[in-house]
Amino acid sequence: MRYLPLTEADRRAMLAAIGAKDVDELFHDVPPSARLAGPLDLPRHQGEMEVERAFARMAGNTLSAGSAPFFIGAGVYRHHIPAAVDQLLLRGEFLTAYTPYQPEVSQGTLQALFEFQSQVAMITGMDVANASMYDGATACAEAAAMACRVTRRNRVVLSGSLHPHYVETTETALRYTEMVAEALSPDAIAMEDLIGRVDEATACVIVQNPGFFGGVRDLRPLAAACHEVGALLVVMVAEPTSLGLFESPGAMGADIVVAEGQSLGMGMNFGGPGLGLFATRDKYVRQMPGRLAGQTVDVDGRRGWVLTLSTREQHIRREKATSNICTNSGLCALAFSMHLTMLGGSGLARLAELNHANAVRLERKLAAVKGIRMLSQSYYNEFAVHLGDDAKAAEVVDRLADRGILAGVPASRFWPSWPELAPVLILAATETNTEDDMDRLVAGLKEVL
Amino acid sequence: MSDMRFTKDHEWIKVAGDVGTVGISDYAQHALGDVVFVEVPEKGRAVAKGAEAAVVESVKAASEVYSPVSGTVTAGNQAIVDQPGLVNESPEDAGWFYTLTIADPSELASLMDRAAYDAYLKTLE
Amino acid sequence: MAESSTISGNRGLQVEEKLIFELDNPGALAVDLPEPGPIDLDRMGGVARRASTGLPDLSEPQVVRHYTRLSQKNYGIDTGFYPLGSCTMKHNPRLAEKMARLPGLADLHPLQPQKTVQGALEVIDTLAGWLKDLTGMPAVAMSPAAGAHGEWCGLMAIRAAHEDKGEGNRRRILVPESAHGTNPASAAMCGFTVDPIPAKANGRVDLDALKAKLGPDIAGLMLTNPNTCGLFESEIIEIAAAVHGAGGYFYCDGANFNAIVGRVRVADLGIDAMHINLHKTFATPHGGGGPGAGPTVLSAALARFAPVPYVAHGPGGLELVEGGRGGAKPFGRVKGFHGQFGVFIRALAYIMSMGADGLRQASSDAVLNANYLQASLGDVLTASFDGPCMHEALFDDRFLKDSGVTTLDFAKALIDEGYHPMTMYFPLVVHGALLMEPTESESKDTLDQFIAVVRGLAARAKAGGADEFKAAPRLTPRRRLDETLAARTPVLRWKAAVG
Repeated sequence: MRYLPLTEADRRAMLAAIGAKDVDELFHDVPPSARLAGPLDLPRHQGEMEVERAFARMAGNTLSAGSAPFFIGAGVYRHHIPAAVDQLLLRGEFLTAYTPYQPEVSQGTLQALFEFQSQVAMITGMDVANASMYDGATACAEAAAMACRVTRRNRVVLSGSLHPHYVETTETALRYTEMVAEALSPDAIAMEDLIGRVDEATACVIVQNPGFFGGVRDLRPLAAACHEVGALLVVMVAEPTSLGLFESPGAMGADIVVAEGQSLGMGMNFGGPGLGLFATRDKYVRQMPGRLAGQTVDVDGRRGWVLTLSTREQHIRREKATSNICTNSGLCALAFSMHLTMLGGSGLARLAELNHANAVRLERKLAAVKGIRMLSQSYYNEFAVHLGDDAKAAEVVDRLADRGILAGVPASRFWPSWPELAPVLILAATETNTEDDMDRLVAGLKEVL
Repeated sequence: MSDMRFTKDHEWIKVAGDVGTVGISDYAQHALGDVVFVEVPEKGRAVAKGAEAAVVESVKAASEVYSPVSGTVTAGNQAIVDQPGLVNESPEDAGWFYTLTIADPSELASLMDRAAYDAYLKTLE
Repeated sequence: MAESSTISGNRGLQVEEKLIFELDNPGALAVDLPEPGPIDLDRMGGVARRASTGLPDLSEPQVVRHYTRLSQKNYGIDTGFYPLGSCTMKHNPRLAEKMARLPGLADLHPLQPQKTVQGALEVIDTLAGWLKDLTGMPAVAMSPAAGAHGEWCGLMAIRAAHEDKGEGNRRRILVPESAHGTNPASAAMCGFTVDPIPAKANGRVDLDALKAKLGPDIAGLMLTNPNTCGLFESEIIEIAAAVHGAGGYFYCDGANFNAIVGRVRVADLGIDAMHINLHKTFATPHGGGGPGAGPTVLSAALARFAPVPYVAHGPGGLELVEGGRGGAKPFGRVKGFHGQFGVFIRALAYIMSMGADGLRQASSDAVLNANYLQASLGDVLTASFDGPCMHEALFDDRFLKDSGVTTLDFAKALIDEGYHPMTMYFPLVVHGALLMEPTESESKDTLDQFIAVVRGLAARAKAGGADEFKAAPRLTPRRRLDETLAARTPVLRWKAAVG
């Protein structure tokens, strides 16, 4: 077996050194009734060729995004990743390293995390960012809990602009705590009144920008309303490339910014792993969950990096920790940082412009399809359309998939029991979409509608 | 220094009239190592005997400071907030945490004097 | 330092590397993007960005060199032996990386119509099948993102089960003092209070003390098995029976599952829930701190409270179930989408490569390697407990008594010898702990070299070489770093110089 270096001769020699007759003897603490006598009745070991064949068969039983006109977003976005990113990620010193608890042998990971934290703080317009959370949904839940710690209040308002998975994950996280989540109805046309929901008992409002249905909002009035009553504004960014084109949440008054970082550096991978971004103001840093890399010097006075402010974390604070998180999304954070480094300031702005321009182009082409009505008044690279009162977006998507077109997400996938959302389709366009993709989508829609 | 009284959690209190000054013992600062962060109570806060009144952290440990007696905080020591190393350098003097007006002087009776505390430390070795 | 000082500060292959912000080369590009078409200011909600992000501009060669140099300041399993107890740093097969990059699996969106992703659902379902078979448990929640997330998931299922029976007042959970810090932290997030239970002198749970703590308010027990001292809890079946008898559930922290895969099924021990760290037991890369995956197996009593989504077999093929169905009462959703799919592919590639026979051999070899270390070092270090260990060997610092060398110094000296340190000062139940987990990935030759080095260092420490140990490591890109400075004056990001 290719991953096991011990030979039978080695095993015999080692058992002799230990003074054991066989390996079974080393398991003598296991209650006899629970000992398995031999391997389970399951498939035996296989060579690379056999395993590759099995995976090739499964991979062949899908319609991959690159082989179809593709317009799906809703929290996971398909972007072009520069070839160097994946090549560099495969370096074993990054890939096969542990969490950098031993800084002398982990300066590579630590410096990269420091750069990552800096980049996240810069694009979100915040003071400080952590070294990552699992994904956007869990980062959102952690932000709710942190806002309650900071304000010593327990009421969390969840905007209808939030991705339904973020809402469900946050509700689940708060379920058996003193904290209470108040989720507003899905807000397809960005008309909800959030300011009216904020009062002296509110710990925070969590709003997504651009929203789940695409809308982009000026959050300054909401920030002012929150701050007036001592509540925090938490802004969720599901599509971080949008920050190249739009005002940062920090500039609009956010106290905590959380985001899903998958857009940069990582493929879609059927939705996992993701990358939770988490940024806040300096004054709240000790209430922040997750690891932090910080700058310091070594005994020779040379600049270096360590994990710091660890007393917030579970391995020291145990049940009083800010979160139970340990393993986070280290390699995903590295991928995000590499991609952002390759883009640079001008590249991120250009990429964001390209995304928005492609969405504008898609909107204009869709105008040629009878019965389609635009719901989003503003958007970045994603918007919601109404396909007509009798149309069922799920059926439309299904029939287009039969024609080899992956045409967005029907709102009914998340809200199956809301008839008014049945005709709503959410479409995303990124820099990867060609004019031909859009023409095929429009032609397909004309056929099936 | 005979007016100093100690708790089993290694806080001390120095009493002058009805005002007490609270800090952590030399043993406590030594056990923690380099103190990097402290949080002291704000003026006016009511603290109960044995309840959390302040926080002290080193790189690898975090600990609550429990009030040796009940009372109302009259001041937190901003100097140790700005310069946490003072707790290590001068734990039983400049590194004090807060002062309070003592609500019930009889609570002092349950605390150890220096000799009793030293004897108690010996049992921990 | 004098003899090795250079003009550049570089030392041969150890090249100093600035921050990306200090490499800024305004106007440089590492990505050529096409000219955008027209944008629509009316569609931008009045919030177009005004200030620039301030991110630096670099070209591709600069970026590639930057990260290559950073990587060279890291230690990985690919570099050498990583005896990090409780972390299971085993070899990460490259076949798994190759499979995870197949476009038919990697280039899939989680919200595609289900008929277009049947192969991906099959990956999840096949892996779930293996995890159930290897543990003997009837159900598995696949979505938790890491070990701690899986702990929380299992405890949420326990809380939901109590609530369902009208016993939501069961809030006290027993956790041994030697537990990972994530255990009490996860329990607190479910509204449980943590009640510590002591260990016996032999490093196992004190069954009588545990029984004395049981009562009508007990929610359950969290126990790592093999435990954090590297020992199998020999009375585990009696422990499970006692907890069940009191109306509680038994959560097992599966961090140390690598010791028993294919030799023991946790269902046969009376366990109700256990997370499995795919990034430990099933060889997916740690990646410098993640991503992990923490699928959580559940007993029949807890299965119907499993979170959404899960994969089920339907008439038209595999289906992703996003809401409660049948008698299911999911406690909620733990993250976005369907779990750490990219990690699932890698774990499944490893499991299929190893097979039932290989997995059993791996746990046998992991235990053999740890016992070989323990036996070969027992006369110079001080083992904390008598008798064979499981997959990790625990020593304490008695062998350093009066030498002036601490566990930390000893570990740092190992770095100069080319090894990653073992886990130090954990578990807390022994003084100055040194916890070594060799895993099955190491050859006898590697272990023999390591043993020789540790024996040599122990002899040096006892011979009065404390100053040398205090100065270690000397040969790394950076020597010991000032953690006090980092915490007292936190510098957590780069900032442009003002003016």
